[in-house]
Amino acid sequence: MTKVQLPLSKKESRLYMAFMWVTYISLFVGGLMGLLQTLVRSGKYTLPFNIDYYTILTVHGVILGLVLTTFFIIGFQFSLMGKTVGISDKQLKVAWLSFWVMLVGTIMAAITILVGEASVLYTFYAPLRAHPAFYIGLALVIVGSWIAAFVNFRQLYVWKKAHKGEKSPLPAFMVIINMLMWFIATIGVATSVLVLFIPWSLGYAETINVLLSRTLFWYFGHPLVYFWLLPAYMAWYVVIPKIIGGKLFSDALARMAFILLLMFSIPVGFHHQLTEPGIDPTWKFIQVVLTFMVVIPSLMTAFSIFATFETTGRRKGFKSLFGWFKKLPWKDVRFLAPFIGMAAFIPGGAGGIVNASHQMNALVHNTIWITGHFHLTAATTVVLTFFGITYWLVPHLTGRRLTPRLNKLGIIQTFIWTFGMTIMSGSMHIQGLLGGPRRSSFSEYAGGEQVATWINYQIAQAVGGTILFIGILLMVYIFIQLTFFAPRGVQEYPIAVEEDDAEPTPKILENWYLWIGITIALILFAYTIPVIDIIKHSPPGSPPFDWLIGR
Amino acid sequence: MGKGNSKQHQPNSNESTHNLKGTFIAVMLLGVFILVSWFGFYALFLSR
Amino acid sequence: MHLHKYEKIWLVFGMASLVLFLLIIGFAAFWKGTHPQSHMETIDPQNVEAHDAFKPENLGIREVADGKYIVNIVASAFNYDFGKDTEGNANKTIRVPKGSTVLYQITTKDVVHGFQVAGTNVNMMVEPGHISRYEAVMKNVGEFTIVCNEYCGIGHHQMYGTVEVYE
Ligand SMILES: [Cu+2]
Ligand SMILES: [Cu+2]
Repeated sequence: MTKVQLPLSKKESRLYMAFMWVTYISLFVGGLMGLLQTLVRSGKYTLPFNIDYYTILTVHGVILGLVLTTFFIIGFQFSLMGKTVGISDKQLKVAWLSFWVMLVGTIMAAITILVGEASVLYTFYAPLRAHPAFYIGLALVIVGSWIAAFVNFRQLYVWKKAHKGEKSPLPAFMVIINMLMWFIATIGVATSVLVLFIPWSLGYAETINVLLSRTLFWYFGHPLVYFWLLPAYMAWYVVIPKIIGGKLFSDALARMAFILLLMFSIPVGFHHQLTEPGIDPTWKFIQVVLTFMVVIPSLMTAFSIFATFETTGRRKGFKSLFGWFKKLPWKDVRFLAPFIGMAAFIPGGAGGIVNASHQMNALVHNTIWITGHFHLTAATTVVLTFFGITYWLVPHLTGRRLTPRLNKLGIIQTFIWTFGMTIMSGSMHIQGLLGGPRRSSFSEYAGGEQVATWINYQIAQAVGGTILFIGILLMVYIFIQLTFFAPRGVQEYPIAVEEDDAEPTPKILENWYLWIGITIALILFAYTIPVIDIIKHSPPGSPPFDWLIGR
Repeated sequence: MGKGNSKQHQPNSNESTHNLKGTFIAVMLLGVFILVSWFGFYALFLSR
Repeated sequence: MHLHKYEKIWLVFGMASLVLFLLIIGFAAFWKGTHPQSHMETIDPQNVEAHDAFKPENLGIREVADGKYIVNIVASAFNYDFGKDTEGNANKTIRVPKGSTVLYQITTKDVVHGFQVAGTNVNMMVEPGHISRYEAVMKNVGEFTIVCNEYCGIGHHQMYGTVEVYE
């Protein structure tokens, strides 16, 4: 089997690093906004220069939820493709185009938000109306990511033609799954932006269909979180085994899990709209059932991770039931950071099942529990895994080494993150169960005991937020060190290989027509009737509101 | 790292790859955690 | 594709748990009628007074039968209109005895709002053009803050009220 890694040329490394740069600048800017939010919400601090809380909230959400994630993911995925199937000069040029389109879009949206013309949060919130530049900027980010997706598709296609009959390398397969899901999902938000928001924000359309705009957004909103999670899964399946000195647990099962994630990540958006009027509860329940299906590949992943640990440990000679666990490379930050990410996904995933449980959603909907939830899943599971990737990817790209000192700093960073997030996310979860709302500036409401309790938890969140910001500063420092100052050398790009006696992977797993066909069929099943219903029974449209967001 | 070497170890390695008792206990604990937490929150929901 | 014996057991156990959850919430939803708020009635957001429930004189709480109440509310940025008291001041507090069944009916004149009686299961989205409606038994005594929990603009955190459940 040709499992030799391809060397990354200087030219391609520069592209992948460009994506990393945007990632870490975003981390700093978005993280600073997060810190300010927790401080404001403690009630002991007011923003200077009349800056509005909801402006920084919008910056935080857009920069971290959309920009940091998308840039890191596309950059990392490009490097995986470059390593396993290669990139041609022409593809590289188009890839640069995708980078610039995304960057221009990001800057457009960012400026619009910063001057206070788009405090609509990243979930849009029609009929609040932002400046058209905000919507156009976000549309460009999406278009740029599509260009990247098509480069990836082309990369695998070219490789396949040159390697007739061979199965595609597992990392490339996973990247293609993620980009397919992203493409199918972003069609929803792109439609919403192009057909509903832009004409309406420019004044060509007088009113907007609010429920339809929300439904199209959430058709994209759930796969969005899986778009973040899948690259973390890629690292767990193919990178972590190599770092701990083992092999792939099962190539076929990894592919199967990704296929299931593709099929069930999209037709589930109603679980974000469970308490909304105008959607038939039977259709909500159907999407709840589909949401529960998407848990299955994660159950498979959990098994596969433990099995990789145990198999590797036993091969090294540890015989006792959990001896293999003690001997994992705890002092290697490339392992430790993603491992804590995995651990965070246990309460994160369990909480996710609660959120999606139909009527039980009323317990937590729009409370700060939800914010706590995705700070576990996205900001811990995904982000710590991305940090874990950074420790080897950046020096690999810059021709440097992760020194023992930087490794140690990374371990400290991981602990700071874990500690800060435990406090912040934990207090968010509890406050949410007590009814504290999310997306809200500091307020004493009508006063009383209930509100006083909330504020105590908000002070805890400010403590956690401050610790996290220290973690961000340290991470940015490590990134700069790895980029410019670490000693020159060779840092391994860890990709695990299969066992010598691994079973062959069934051919059907690469039957793209079949999987895309099922994915589309499921989407049509879950959405056609309710969307027709929404359009047929739509109330009079909503005119735009500008002054409510301070425009 | 030769082929012969890995063949020699095959029975041994097969045995070790298939001993996944620790994994099994770990995932079952995870499953119990999910069950217990879900029923806990459902009880809270019903009490309100 | 080969599945290890333990993985088979694990997946069966995991899927059975998921099915169990779905059976419980599905039974509660379809047989007991405890769906999440999903009211289908529409309304003209620019003329909510045309609907009987949202005429100014009908806002606020009304006892319709023994232990049964209806609360009509109009949300707008950044206020909940619960009607006026006898002196003409805006009502901010809804008072009901413990154990009463309360039907909350709410709509919005402008943007999307939330309506949550914090600490209870009354939690719904309020969207222009739609009426949201949820019936709840107020089981526990106490003061519960009503919060707008969906972003509606710069005054979002100033939108609130109180539900007082007394013995
Ligand atoms: Cu979701
Ligand atoms: Cu609000």
